[in-house]
Amino acid sequence: MGTGMLTAIFFYLFAGLAILSATMVIVARNPVHAVLFLIVTFFNAAGLFILLGAEFLAMLLVIVYVGAVAVLFLFVVMMLDVDFAELKAGFVRNAPFGLLVGGIVLAELLLLFVTGGITAEVAKKAATSAASEVSNTEAIGRVLYTKYVYFFQAAGLVLLVAMIGAIVLTLRQREGVKRQSIAVQNARVPQDAIEVVKVASGGAVVPSSEAKG
Amino acid sequence: MEIGLGHYLTVAACLFTLGIFGIFLNRKNVIVILMSVELMLLAVNINLVAFSHYLNDITGQVFALFILTVAAAEAAIGLAIIVVYYRNRGSIAVEDINMMKG
Repeated sequence: MGTGMLTAIFFYLFAGLAILSATMVIVARNPVHAVLFLIVTFFNAAGLFILLGAEFLAMLLVIVYVGAVAVLFLFVVMMLDVDFAELKAGFVRNAPFGLLVGGIVLAELLLLFVTGGITAEVAKKAATSAASEVSNTEAIGRVLYTKYVYFFQAAGLVLLVAMIGAIVLTLRQREGVKRQSIAVQNARVPQDAIEVVKVASGGAVVPSSEAKG
Repeated sequence: MEIGLGHYLTVAACLFTLGIFGIFLNRKNVIVILMSVELMLLAVNINLVAFSHYLNDITGQVFALFILTVAAAEAAIGLAIIVVYYRNRGSIAVEDINMMKG
């Protein structure tokens, strides 16, 4: 009883909800619902991370996945006017094969745990290492910016390439849209823009461009 | 009622399998396939964090951080490709994607 029991209750709550909502992601008819269930899955995974003492990653999961990736999915799903009912057509036909492959993978993975090889090995190793007294975020920061600094830079590069790639892919120049051209604006000189006109008394001021045309 | 490493690995295995199943189930819908890939990456992250906790080694969490980065980049690029494809073809059905017969 006590903390262990509470941890167990929350573990089963988060795990159950995560698996349930993950199932809903793949069977939902409406893709908007699928994205929303994906968000629920991410939130529950963040709960699992907190149970594991990885608060920093849990917050990162909420911010990056829910705040950015899931919203991006939501935008794209809503932006594209696709007949999703038609895309669902092969649903039942594909199910048996998918179940077969998924079942094999699940059986293999579970067999690994049931035999207990991994868990026993981990229990042996974990007993030797001592618990750290610094916070989770500090512990990550201490290794991320020292031991893994090159990987950290590489991750930044990956994000930069992804950003440039996404912009280059989706940017398009449409015809007939008025845009600001800073180069043209800067190249403009008073001689082009201003003209001094002599107005005859009683006459109208006509710009030279219209007068010519 | 002790929650051990095996519990977390089982959850991750279930999520990973659901991701694989989702790819097969929604073979026509690229967006749901991308979501299934996200589920699989999430399962991998859960595995890494669980091992990191039970081995008392922070490296697993650092690696999970990098996977998070790559997953975000992958989603951004994937969705950009889908948007461009939709603009060109007016559909995102997977079986229509045969222009680059490689």
